[in-house]
Amino acid sequence: MRGARVARLFPESPSSNGRHDDGGRVNDFAFKVGTVNGTGSASANSLLLQSIFRMGIPVCGKNVFPSNIQGLPTWYEIRVSRDGWTARTPDFDLIVAMNPATHERDIAEVRSGGWLLHDSSWPLDAALLRDDVTFIGIPLGRMCVEAFSGGRERTLMKNIAYAGALAALLDIDLEVVKESIRAEFAKKPKLIDSNFRALHLGYDYAREHFACPLPIRLERMDATRGHVLLDGNTAAALGCLYAGATVGAWYPITPATSLMDAFGRFCARYRVDAETGERRYCIVQAEDELAAAGVVIGAGWAGARAFTPTAGPGISLMGEFIGLAYYTEIPAVFFDVQRTGPSTGMPTRTQQGDLLSVAYASHGDTKHVALFPSDPGECFRFAVEAFDLAERFQTPVFVVSDLDIGMNDWMIPALTWDDAYRPDRGEVVTAEQLAAMQRFSRYLDVDGDGVAARSLPGVHPRGAYFTRGSGHDKHAAYTEDADAYREVVDRLALKLATAAKAVPAPEIREREGAEMGIIALGGCHGAVLEAVERLAGEGIALDYMRIRAFPFDAPVEDFLRAHDRVFVVEQNRDGQLRSLLQLETGIAGDRLLSLRDYGGVPLSARAVVEGVMAQLAEVAA
Amino acid sequence: MTSIAKPPVRHPALEPNALGLTRRDYEGAMSTLCAGCGHDSVTAALVQTCHELDVEPHRVAKLSGIGCSSKTTAYFLKEAHGFNSVHGRMPAVATGVSAANRELAIVGVSGDGDSLSIGLGQLCHAIRRNVRMLYVLENNGVYGLTKGQFSASADVGSKAKKGEANRQKPIDPVLLALTLGATFVARSFSGDKTQLVPILKAGLRHQGFAFIDVISPCVTFNDHEGSTKSYASTRERHRELAPVDFIPLRREIQASYDPGGAMTVPMHDGSLVRFRKLAEDYDPTDRDAAYAHVKRHQEQGEVVTGLLYLEDDADDMHALNQTVAAPLYDLPYEQLCPGSAALTELMREFE
Repeated sequence: MRGARVARLFPESPSSNGRHDDGGRVNDFAFKVGTVNGTGSASANSLLLQSIFRMGIPVCGKNVFPSNIQGLPTWYEIRVSRDGWTARTPDFDLIVAMNPATHERDIAEVRSGGWLLHDSSWPLDAALLRDDVTFIGIPLGRMCVEAFSGGRERTLMKNIAYAGALAALLDIDLEVVKESIRAEFAKKPKLIDSNFRALHLGYDYAREHFACPLPIRLERMDATRGHVLLDGNTAAALGCLYAGATVGAWYPITPATSLMDAFGRFCARYRVDAETGERRYCIVQAEDELAAAGVVIGAGWAGARAFTPTAGPGISLMGEFIGLAYYTEIPAVFFDVQRTGPSTGMPTRTQQGDLLSVAYASHGDTKHVALFPSDPGECFRFAVEAFDLAERFQTPVFVVSDLDIGMNDWMIPALTWDDAYRPDRGEVVTAEQLAAMQRFSRYLDVDGDGVAARSLPGVHPRGAYFTRGSGHDKHAAYTEDADAYREVVDRLALKLATAAKAVPAPEIREREGAEMGIIALGGCHGAVLEAVERLAGEGIALDYMRIRAFPFDAPVEDFLRAHDRVFVVEQNRDGQLRSLLQLETGIAGDRLLSLRDYGGVPLSARAVVEGVMAQLAEVAA
Repeated sequence: MTSIAKPPVRHPALEPNALGLTRRDYEGAMSTLCAGCGHDSVTAALVQTCHELDVEPHRVAKLSGIGCSSKTTAYFLKEAHGFNSVHGRMPAVATGVSAANRELAIVGVSGDGDSLSIGLGQLCHAIRRNVRMLYVLENNGVYGLTKGQFSASADVGSKAKKGEANRQKPIDPVLLALTLGATFVARSFSGDKTQLVPILKAGLRHQGFAFIDVISPCVTFNDHEGSTKSYASTRERHRELAPVDFIPLRREIQASYDPGGAMTVPMHDGSLVRFRKLAEDYDPTDRDAAYAHVKRHQEQGEVVTGLLYLEDDADDMHALNQTVAAPLYDLPYEQLCPGSAALTELMREFE
């Protein structure tokens, strides 16, 4: 059938248009670019994302990259959604196959009736061709070799050239693209010219040889005004800055590293005295995660707002210190940007695999406040909230995001700030209060909420106490007495119960006639939201609860009790959220139907819809 | 139990210091270490040090890890904030305390297990950062709380209480500190308060990481014949390299000494560390010579004690970081938050 396959190749002649069996879709399609990491494709891909966004069209980009610096396959997925859906979709209308090593997979993944753009400088393996896919060959490599000198430049410009071809094929406004390039290279004008040339190599060739645009195409909208493209780690770093955090300690780990990078950048911009060069912050790159946690706890003990960004393996190493901070009641903020586990796992792929290990981190009876942002906007707000909660409840607080939220650019409403905000420092006794006291007891709960007032070192002699991770009574004195020990740990349980009422409440969306529920948290939100809408279209009405924090408060339990069947959607193998819900609420397990997706890529609405349908079919059978 | 309060008995003859505090005011809880423990002598030396330097107790943060040595922090300066952290990780906690409040005097007390095994990395990195703190390593060559295992500082051939001899080479904390670029390196003996106190004084005033290895015999598990860290062995083998005196800044004009017979090293704040020279010339500002000196005597079976090395003008963590002079924990929020207008402007870069 070789002849038929060749016939489906896009003819390299403007006069003979390719056939399209698609009626055409505007601002509602997905495409991806397969390249090799280390070849400079990231900037071309973000240029595409940014240009579509600047045309006012809702868009999301997902970087699927290897844990390697150079030479392995990497993909960038862009979904254009006029309806504003932000979840990843695995249904690709077009794939740009720049990496011969993944040609087979890329060609296989294009949806039936879709398009494949490839570099025709080299022939495509005929055995891989498909009848139901239109192949668009552009000699990108050859054109760049002719137009540019130097190996690196030729490689880099090939990326801009495919961006140019896509601009023609999808109708991306070339002026918008050029404006982005101008802004990007404002300080290196020489590069603007070469980028423009490369852009036109692809653009002009596509226009000359193919019918442009394709039936999947873009049209200007006005749906991104007031929005930004921002990643969660940058947003969380801004949260730390605005919360007034002054001490950051960390050990580099993917995918949390960019959080501290961003915090350092923002501090350099906003927290350095212009005249003296003095810094109103201190960042410690620690020797390991244990030390990073220790620095944060030391700084928190001494009264600074301190934090550490890490990922699962870091949380494991920090365990001992987390227990210390819990028992000694020291505020500390931990960002856990989750990646796939167990062990080293897939460090550049996403997962929600740390829910249980964060909720109960460390040995003995421990339980921690954890916040689950679902997008970069919440990374910003929850970062600020985390510092307030940590100081108010004098305990470690975790902001649990993941690689998808942390490292991918999301379209979110531009961040805003209320200048009336003042940090909640919690109960801290002042020198004046101490001077007026008969005796200060560190762990004395006066108002019955489980929270005791703390004193800071250096403030007043009467505030002095001994902080110990070993058994202590309410006066902070060492004890091995059963009753004195129980009094302290029971108060800690009360404190966490109080905290449960102060953490962000779940977000509940009820739907007319819904008898079943669906629960998700974090980065699953976008996909679940879209799936709930699609399922409603199929006649399956679901009430949706998005959990935003741990420990769970009454509304979470109420939601569970109000529905006989609840789907729990999460990205881990063992259903950790489901286990946590069962453990904490005592709800019967057979009411919780588990939907798990844990391959390392961001969740899609399709996976949720199919999962719900399959479970319902099973129940019916 | 590390928090048995001492009875509030005050000897009428106790002399008050410039703050009107007596030595008794610098004590802490009753020690629960074994009678005769070297660590209690270190505690006494720390009490004397802080009293004589007119240290305000509540301006001190005293930190430790876990172990017999780490209990020490409970036994001095009851009006200082104390922190028993986790095993081997005190340096990181101290680093955080220093980062948050640079005005606190930080005293870290650790042991050979804490510092040379589980916490070896943290010790090294606190040295690298030159965190401003006094770091006292109470070194007895043995794990006390777990009843008598060799530590990483046990000498080859040194015998445990049950008779077996150690065959692994020890880590010498002083040579380690010198190699890593520590800016203040000393070794002393818990039984020699005359030497230890001036060294502690200089260390407490040092503008960087002041490392003091104190041989502090364990009377229960490592004070028998055949142990190289017993009282008898230490007294016999320790060689004082030069008597050291520390002259605080405020007493400088009162000091009278013969410049010809001593070497004085001015400290950052103007106070002086004074070495009275004995049999040999010793230059405490030459790192390589210090290393060679310790090594040479070690080969002869001798433990050199004294202030081995001092570099007083190196940048500490805050200087390296260019931190503002005011403590970070206390900066007004207005100086930390860029405000809504800045955020709005910043957001334009992400449109």
